[in-house]
Amino acid sequence: MEIKKSSTVYDVVIIGSGAGGGMSGYVLANAGIKVLMLEAGPFFDPAKDSQQLKWSYESPRRGGNATRPMGDFDAAYGGWQIEGEPYTQKDGSEFQWFRAKMLGGRTNHWGRISLRMGPKDFKCKTSYGVGDDWPITYDEIKPYYDKIDRLLGVYGSMEGMNNDPDGIFLPPPKPRLNELFVKKAATKVGIKVIAGRGSILTAPLPGNTDRHACFYCGQCNRSCKIYGDFSASSCLVIPAIKTGNLEVVTNAIVREILTDGDGLANGVSYISKNDMQEYQVKAKTVILAASTCESARILLNSKSAGHPNGLANSSNVVGKYLHDSTQGAGVAILPQLLNRNRFNEDGVGSLHLYAPWWLDNKKLDFPRGYHLEIFGGMMMPGYGGYFGFEGAPVPFLNGFLPGADGKMKDAGGFGASLKNDYRRFYGTMAGFGCHGASTAKEDNYCEIDPTVVDKYGIPVLRFRYKWGTDDVNQAKHMQETAKTILHEMGGIPLLQPAGPETNYGLDKPGKGIHEVGTVRMGDDPKRAPLNKWGQAHDCKNLFVTDGSVFTQQSEKNPTWTILALSMRTSEYLIDQRKKHNI
Amino acid sequence: MNRRDSLKALGIGTLSASSLLAACKPNTENKTVDKDIKVDTIGRQDFEVARDKVVAKGTFFDTHEMATITVLADLIIPKDVHSGSASDAKVADFIEFIVKDEPEHQLPMRGGLRWLDVQCLKRYNNDFKGCTAHQQDEILQEIAYPFKAKPGMQQGVAFFNKMRDLTAIGFFTSKMGIEDLGYKGNAPGKWEGVPADILKKYGLEGV
Repeated sequence: MEIKKSSTVYDVVIIGSGAGGGMSGYVLANAGIKVLMLEAGPFFDPAKDSQQLKWSYESPRRGGNATRPMGDFDAAYGGWQIEGEPYTQKDGSEFQWFRAKMLGGRTNHWGRISLRMGPKDFKCKTSYGVGDDWPITYDEIKPYYDKIDRLLGVYGSMEGMNNDPDGIFLPPPKPRLNELFVKKAATKVGIKVIAGRGSILTAPLPGNTDRHACFYCGQCNRSCKIYGDFSASSCLVIPAIKTGNLEVVTNAIVREILTDGDGLANGVSYISKNDMQEYQVKAKTVILAASTCESARILLNSKSAGHPNGLANSSNVVGKYLHDSTQGAGVAILPQLLNRNRFNEDGVGSLHLYAPWWLDNKKLDFPRGYHLEIFGGMMMPGYGGYFGFEGAPVPFLNGFLPGADGKMKDAGGFGASLKNDYRRFYGTMAGFGCHGASTAKEDNYCEIDPTVVDKYGIPVLRFRYKWGTDDVNQAKHMQETAKTILHEMGGIPLLQPAGPETNYGLDKPGKGIHEVGTVRMGDDPKRAPLNKWGQAHDCKNLFVTDGSVFTQQSEKNPTWTILALSMRTSEYLIDQRKKHNI
Repeated sequence: MNRRDSLKALGIGTLSASSLLAACKPNTENKTVDKDIKVDTIGRQDFEVARDKVVAKGTFFDTHEMATITVLADLIIPKDVHSGSASDAKVADFIEFIVKDEPEHQLPMRGGLRWLDVQCLKRYNNDFKGCTAHQQDEILQEIAYPFKAKPGMQQGVAFFNKMRDLTAIGFFTSKMGIEDLGYKGNAPGKWEGVPADILKKYGLEGV
């Protein structure tokens, strides 16, 4: 075995092609910088590879989850477990790690919910008394949010809310029928519901001829053949390749970042899944954006004489402060919609309506908050995804509601009467997901498992993550909110109330797929690996641009902030190159 | 870009939903031929293509089990004025596929079918498939209603819950079943919101 070393020295090597890496590649390639991007999975172009507009019966498993955990048509290659690439747990931890290994990463299938963090979110310690303040303010990031709104497109409504800042919006889509029932009930109990905010082109994007306006199939999770929604593959990497300045190597699993005698980054070593050979590429600057946990893993595995504790880890906090959203939900059947009218209400594949956090924490037993992501309507009947078969509860619900003859029957059954029940219950489900902010803690972390390697011989991650009292109290509050709204709607709840023994229904950490914080930014090099530009305190030609850089998440879904920060870091990198500082 | 151009980018030059749907039908170029087994390859990972072929090639249920599944599925979803029966929608073939795709169903299905046959043999001196319609109905009445089934019949309830689920999935995700439910989407268009008369019907005009 030998290591194949390339003689080319690239201006920048980027590890990862998702929201963070994709945006870095786009900005740098458009500035004329020669960039090599390493992606762990295959090339993926939604125009060719999307499963959009397929019917359930075009999948032999009718959309089932056997090979893709979010259904056969979902655009993510990967999942909670990947064969040959394990991760382990410590202290009874149950952290769940979702990985998508493909060009564009998880942005091919994500929910396109595109929220800005607010001024208070960047000052968590000051505003809420927990966690840490970011080294930057909302005012510093606002110009980048504005730029990505214009570059990528996002719909929403102008609301003037202080900590839920408005953007530069395309028109929002109209709500579905079931969602209006949720809005009516939530409004009645004092929760303000507004239009969703999503990166879908509800109108043509000015100045962009490669992307087309949405035609409302509601299938954004399959990725979009006409680039009507934002994916890093379709909207950043593929356009960047067209500049001639970005070269992409796919199926390249990064082993470590290489450094020279001065401790500066000078290349990357990887194994190619195509031929299982070892490669090294040289770079003047390295950008790491392999995803929150994978980036920590690469840094911790990049040990050298100059960086004995792993690269950029003199602080010893790489991998620490891992935090994911809290999650809960309320789902109900609306009896008033039995035998409802049929029409096409696919809408968009993101949020039509949501409720930003609405309460004052001073009156509550937890800091921070959560928002409601409202859903419901007539989905394509299928098997798989989050819901499985939507009709699954029907045989258990048909005993709770009288039939057309006014008579109550027993739950269950078979035959013509049951067949009719499936029809009358179809499209009657409505509900909302609750997604909240958790506080970053030093003792929630990922680290290198000292005894386990993956099939490429790379040491794997071991997780230690426990929800805290604040998280559990928040979940309890979510459950109370769900009960109140569903009752007001007159719905039949589909989820059993959970007690303290199951953390009031709080989902396992990682299940929010909003994990951030493992390579955080901070002014103090003893407490954070990165400065406020996403540049390593210990290694000035190493930058990080994925979700790992978050000092502290908010209840806003992280992608829009990852994109804005990545653009900001990339522009800073260009400036530092011009000044010959790196 | 207007909507027509958007559709052109999909390879379709018209707003007509029917032509788009025709264009989206499985296309022979998207398939690889391995004896008689065709699986999608576009946008699929190599391991998925290989796995789909293996799953499609194998056989799990024997002839008697398949015949019993067919009879049971038609009792669960019979033909009516709106649509055909489970067997018209080839539900047994779907169940044969899905138990290979999701092997956790195999033991409960095989064991449950045998449990049902043995119950029928004891009572009626015939396996389930060979029983009269009246006898079949009689035994199903005892396992099809989870909250009133007798304790000794709970194994049958567990089996029938699964059988009913798989049958409903197989039927309502077929072309016939989707049409029966009246799902109108998966067709490009312009979403303008809930029609005004329906908003009015539910008193949601101002919401």
